[in-house]
Amino acid sequence: MKVHVNRKPVEVSGEALGTRLIDFLREELDLTGTKYSCGIGVCGSCTVLVDRKAVRSCRLEVRDVLDKKVLTIEGMLRPDGSLHPLQQAFLDAGAVQCGYCTPGMILTAHALLLRHPAPTREEIRSALRNNLCRCTGYQQIVEAVERAAPFYRK
Amino acid sequence: MPDRAWRNDAVAKVTGAARYTDDLKLPGLLHAVPVYSNFVHARIRTIRTGAAEAAEGVIRILTARDIPGANRHGQIRKDMPVLADDKIRYHGDVIAIVVARTRVQAVAAAALVEVVAEPLPAVLDPEEALRPDAVPVHEQHGSNLIHTHRVRRGDIERGFGESDFILEHDFQTQHVEHAYLETEAAVCLPRPDGVMEVRGSMQHPFSTRRFVAGTLGEPLANVEVVGTPLGGGFGGKDDTAALVCARAALAARLLGRPVKMTYDREWSMRESYKRHPYRVRYRMGVRRDGIIRAVHCRIVADGGAYCSVTPWVTWRSTVQCCGPYTVENVHCDTLGVYTNNVFTGAMRGFGSPQMNFVVEQMVEIAAEKLGMDAVEFRRLNMVQQDSLTITGQKLNQHRVAMGEALDRVREASSFEEKRKRCSHGSDEEEELYGIGLAMSYRGVSLGAEGADFTAATVNAQADGSILLDVGVHENGQGAESAMILVLARELGVRPDRIRLQRSSTATIPDSGTTVASRGTIMGGGAVVQAARELKRKIATTLSQRLGCPMEEIRFEGEAVHGRGQALPFAEAMAEMYKARVFPFAFGMFRAPEVSWDEETGQGDAYFTWVYGCQAVELTVNRRTGKVTLLGMTAAHDVGRAVNRPMVLGQFYGGMAMGAGYALQEEVRMEEGKIRNTNFHTYRILKADQLPDMQAVIIENPDPLSPSGAKSIGEPVNEIMAPAIANAIYNATGIRHFRIPILNPLSSESSAEDPPADRKEPS
Ligand code: FES
Ligand code: FES
Repeated sequence: MKVHVNRKPVEVSGEALGTRLIDFLREELDLTGTKYSCGIGVCGSCTVLVDRKAVRSCRLEVRDVLDKKVLTIEGMLRPDGSLHPLQQAFLDAGAVQCGYCTPGMILTAHALLLRHPAPTREEIRSALRNNLCRCTGYQQIVEAVERAAPFYRK
Repeated sequence: MPDRAWRNDAVAKVTGAARYTDDLKLPGLLHAVPVYSNFVHARIRTIRTGAAEAAEGVIRILTARDIPGANRHGQIRKDMPVLADDKIRYHGDVIAIVVARTRVQAVAAAALVEVVAEPLPAVLDPEEALRPDAVPVHEQHGSNLIHTHRVRRGDIERGFGESDFILEHDFQTQHVEHAYLETEAAVCLPRPDGVMEVRGSMQHPFSTRRFVAGTLGEPLANVEVVGTPLGGGFGGKDDTAALVCARAALAARLLGRPVKMTYDREWSMRESYKRHPYRVRYRMGVRRDGIIRAVHCRIVADGGAYCSVTPWVTWRSTVQCCGPYTVENVHCDTLGVYTNNVFTGAMRGFGSPQMNFVVEQMVEIAAEKLGMDAVEFRRLNMVQQDSLTITGQKLNQHRVAMGEALDRVREASSFEEKRKRCSHGSDEEEELYGIGLAMSYRGVSLGAEGADFTAATVNAQADGSILLDVGVHENGQGAESAMILVLARELGVRPDRIRLQRSSTATIPDSGTTVASRGTIMGGGAVVQAARELKRKIATTLSQRLGCPMEEIRFEGEAVHGRGQALPFAEAMAEMYKARVFPFAFGMFRAPEVSWDEETGQGDAYFTWVYGCQAVELTVNRRTGKVTLLGMTAAHDVGRAVNRPMVLGQFYGGMAMGAGYALQEEVRMEEGKIRNTNFHTYRILKADQLPDMQAVIIENPDPLSPSGAKSIGEPVNEIMAPAIANAIYNATGIRHFRIPILNPLSSESSAEDPPADRKEPS
């Protein structure tokens, strides 16, 4: 049994099937960029993409993602190791403060831009509505997503 | 600086590489979790740990008896236990900790610990707690009164005598959760050299070190607290976070193994301290010509089970009890009170949001009574250059920018024009429209609250790269980046030459806590002093080489310039080493003297002040009461904006937090137990509930701040609630004396009946 994490196949043992996805990523694979905050699917800090859709890894078990493609924040870097334009946009727009919500925000925004590369500010706000941020008031995060959007249209 | 944001730690944060406390892994790591009881106030008889000890994977259960050092801590009064011993004083008291091989095992075993205790009556209402027959929360302290502050200025009787109108209202504010996204966590490693190395999600490394060393009964030098990325603080990662570190360190010391303790959200919200709820009775006397002649107020703050920094928080409320207005006759009494509620402490704003909620509505109520424009009323009474504050401080050491902030917000928000469109409760519209504003001034840094000095070292290397160490802590706000930019500017070099050393209590003197928005002004001050000392050394050493007297040497454009010749910075540093002089300097910044007389409440409370104003536009649906925020504008004098995009981030984040405070955030206590302990029931504002915000940065560099910068983190957070309350009033015609304003259409929460002696307009 396998899951694909950040474009690499990962063997999964029978025992691991019932493990929460967030724990599997953080503890087994040491992908600690996925953050735990509420544990009940409300805050979005633990967001990862599964087959290009943003999901909450605290609400899933490993069995739910068998044979699927999981993308975590560690998989956002481009193959040459440089920052993805969306990551760069977060830097440039000043969208990062404590950074704890940032991985989840970036992945949620990535899922949005993959399906809808020309969102309005309202659409961005509504796509991010289930990702909490206590530091930024969201404004520079919305700006970062706007800044990155043209890249997805190419 | 370029228009793009710059931060030293952002790449690690956007790639997921940043390691926060819970992300750290060590060989042989054990896991600890807290054990709570279901009591709110009780005397502990026994703690039965047998069943838990026998559970799978459990290494050990620790109770207060296992503590080798002190079990009472606190920054002002040592009344907070690491583990409850004699009594349980609130629902969040930790009775024991379970250490196990895995966290899951520890959590399972925690449920098996049994606390036998004799329940005591719980005191939950601060007014009742003050009665002489109330059950004391801390017997040793005598009464439940933690402390008092006062202001006595002028002659209050005469002030009211000279007033044409006297207005009196009662106000009430709520417990608020900081809601940092990262919960408390600690990883403690007993090192072979005997030092306990502590990493934690905390914002005050030096206070944490005192808590840890005290608990272990070891000297401060035996504990090293190492800076670790922090997932939000807002003032909330101090006492509780330090206690979590102390517990993990206790387990690590006793077991000789590294221990991690990471909190669940529910534990965090249950145990961690909150913003103080206030009850304020406020009486204001105004003369027909619009001058405030007298203010009488009584402030009661619920401190909860422990003292924490209640005396400091409420001191600020006392000093700022009249908002940014000069009033000649003031009588203010402030009481901090112990109860069996969750304890309360530092939170962004630190005692000012509550008072601004009161004052900025009182001035509008007064203006309306007088038939006067509220902006004009504010202008008549606000502090000006050289004004005397209500504590007798003359504002003559910096630019008093109150009027400037007010005007900039009025312009940027088109306030005058929009004000005409307000609905005032008219029954013609479905969506009632309102715009409102509020303003404040705020004393910078700790003031007479505490010892205020910081240290920095600058250590240039022979290749021109630079190591900087500063005693301020990165809380996520960009403190480190700001320090780097201050140094880069002083030395005339690019910021990427400078690396901020990972902060550690072992390398820099205790510089206090990064609270009170003091990071930039105090840390920046120390950096500037260190840079100046370094430049002096370089100039002295290289003056001959550069062919000019040292006074003429300049540092700019990545070079050290003499008369007609210049050395690139790297070469200059190499020359320093050749001359056998270290390009190393220590700098410290001491806040200028302040003064305070506890008896009269008079003195120069803060060495400088900041000025700000905010406006908010909103609609209220006349049927559902739903509030829609349409726009928020803020103007603040920041002294100097060291890192513009980060300053903007402080504006937006502060306004958003303030809006949540006004409209929906509330820790709901029932019989001393918190009912909403996660984000589905404790709701902070979401991206689609907030409008685009406008920030106006005013820069009047402060002569008393070496870097020119003042502060911004808290001012932006402290006036949104009254601005919203005023906007709601202008939309609906209903005044709200209580936050959160859950139902803007109901005046239920309005003031009590006016006292008999109130003068009515003649
Ligand atoms: S931790 Fe998964 S949504 Fe909050
Ligand atoms: S940056 Fe801190 S929670 Fe979003």
